Amino acid sequence: MSLVTIDRNEVDIVIGAFRSDLTSFLEEWRPIFSRFHLIIVQDPDLKEELKIPEGFDFDVYSKSDIDKLVSSSNASMFSGYACRYFGYLVSKRKYIISIDDDCSPAKDNNGAIVDIVTQHITNLKTPATPLFFNTLYDPYRKGSDFVRGYPFSLRSGVPCVLSCGLWLNLADYDAPTQALKPELRNSRYVDAVLTVPKNSLMPMSGINIAFERETMGPAILPALKLAKEGKVRWETMEDIWCGLVVKVVCDHLQLGVKTGIPYVWRNERGSAIDSLKKEWQGVKLMEELIPFFQSLKLSQEAVTVEACMAEMAVAVKKGMGRSHPELANAADSMIGWVKIWKEVKSRDLV
Amino acid sequence: MSVPATVVTPPLVNELDIVIPTIRNLDFLEQWRPFFQPYHLIIVQDGDPSKTIRVPEGFDYELYNRNDINRILGPKSSCISFKDSACRCFGFLVSKKKYIFTIDDDCFVAKDPSGQEINALAQHIHNLLTPATPLFFNTLYDPYREGADFVRGYPFSLREGVTTAISHGLWLNIPDYDAPTQLVKPRERNTRYVDAVLTIPKETLFPMCGMNLGFHRELIGPAMYFGLMGDGQPIGRYDDMWAGWCAKVICDHLGLGVKTGLPYIWHSKASNPFVNLKKEYKGIYWQEDIIPFFQNVTLPKECTTPQTCYIELSKLVKEKLGPIDPYFEKLGDAMVTWIDAWNELNPSTDDATTVKAEPSIPK
Repeated sequence: MSLVTIDRNEVDIVIGAFRSDLTSFLEEWRPIFSRFHLIIVQDPDLKEELKIPEGFDFDVYSKSDIDKLVSSSNASMFSGYACRYFGYLVSKRKYIISIDDDCSPAKDNNGAIVDIVTQHITNLKTPATPLFFNTLYDPYRKGSDFVRGYPFSLRSGVPCVLSCGLWLNLADYDAPTQALKPELRNSRYVDAVLTVPKNSLMPMSGINIAFERETMGPAILPALKLAKEGKVRWETMEDIWCGLVVKVVCDHLQLGVKTGIPYVWRNERGSAIDSLKKEWQGVKLMEELIPFFQSLKLSQEAVTVEACMAEMAVAVKKGMGRSHPELANAADSMIGWVKIWKEVKSRDLV
Repeated sequence: MSVPATVVTPPLVNELDIVIPTIRNLDFLEQWRPFFQPYHLIIVQDGDPSKTIRVPEGFDYELYNRNDINRILGPKSSCISFKDSACRCFGFLVSKKKYIFTIDDDCFVAKDPSGQEINALAQHIHNLLTPATPLFFNTLYDPYREGADFVRGYPFSLREGVTTAISHGLWLNIPDYDAPTQLVKPRERNTRYVDAVLTIPKETLFPMCGMNLGFHRELIGPAMYFGLMGDGQPIGRYDDMWAGWCAKVICDHLGLGVKTGLPYIWHSKASNPFVNLKKEYKGIYWQEDIIPFFQNVTLPKECTTPQTCYIELSKLVKEKLGPIDPYFEKLGDAMVTWIDAWNELNPSTDDATTVKAEPSIPK
């Protein structure tokens, strides 16, 4: 498929566990995951011990591990979907691949099982091209290239640090959309991966992502917690916020974000209408967040991810943070995260 | 044989012209007949005007050769390229319709993965009649397509989208590569059918290929000038690129959208890469300066029509790109000539002068 070699020592697969019996989930993924190291982080609210089948190389982290490593004030950062970020923190590997535990392997248009690890790592190991749009999508894919009119000086691209995959069956729609169209299922496999252009923001879905941890770790964090945060994707925005932050940092530091393949098959879970009944704070918030992030300018002095994060946190607190307490908290979380990240890394070096 | 209760009319049949530049023949139209026949064609004959281009029976068309172009535009005809498919923009100029679809004469009907023939025109029409979403990227591509929608996190206030001004289609078989790539990969064929239409985000430039292209003539037509190429010019094969960069900057300024992706056509002819290299040579160097120019261009708020945007752009081209080569001074002037010709042939309703273009239709 590709000429990229996947070294198992470079990859950690991080799963946030919301249910204790992971047998069927891991059995489904066995052909693709068994070669790699898994970091499984148990949702702090899940009391039962996890059931994990034989034959996997894994480490489990639970509430007690979280409490041990970070202060109790910071431990609340890792509740719900955000528990997986603890896995990012303790990982020592170069690349992280993370999917929700309600996803199964998908099949491509030829009926072949999609190997999300190979595709995500290929996306991350080949350059991104955010500075000019290639109409044949990823020019580094076999059988493709840059088209006529693409400036030659831009053909070496920039490093890709985030790979956002997609979902067949239950797509990542918001609750209003899924409630309005209860039968809507995504059956279209779009055989492309492309770079999200510079200065273009996008909603990053945490359901199926991969990233370069060493560079982007400080920016991939659980910052935004909604008041009625829940345990289905319809009731959270933490990944959306994270994606906006990451994209601003990437655009500033000339790093790339890709979107498209690989696909996962997302299984039915939860009720869109039930989620809709909760007051949907997230929807309202997005209306203001987008113009805010679009107008955010970082200084020339911010040349590292950490420096970008610090500047952004200040801007959030000064700006929207004043009228939205959850955003002020998000800003604090960003600063807190960078600190924890530094601390954990320095401990590793000892 | 069953007859429909009401007459089934092809979409936009009286509002769309198909513009085809040609120097050879139009045999390719036979394959397109089921999809194109209801529509009016504007054929722009490049090269030797004494040659007769045979149009297959049953098509409704007007045909213009170089003599017609010179006659209709007079001294302004200098802005229309000769011996280059850039001459196609003359067809945009003389059309009286709201939409244009333009296609090259070596582009045939492609098949989708299920084996069905693709009606490229119908897909372009759908792209143009549905909104574009340049202000925020939708990870499931075109949210207006059947079976798709906006994803979680997409602001509701942006879900109405903007009017689509340009629909850029793609090519199976011979891909639109430049000469160096063609020389290095002579056997590469595009076999990947990507089942997506997507909006090119605001402030992102792209290489617009003129082989399979639809656009809203009233909204963006004046920006679709394909430049000075071919005979007597130092550059070729950058006509559509130039139009695409100008048009995208103007679309971004006017709040219009540009889509790319479906439909695919089957591109059958690979042009000679050595000939192409000679034509593209200067362009390859110049585009290194042209791209930053377009990326940094800002148009004043007062420019609220495509014509005024284009005139402003022509001034900036002369000012900023003129120092690179005198060609850009000429090009800037030609851009103004083009707008003069456009305004003359497409007067606004409150303008008294009307100029009617007289094509030569072989009897």
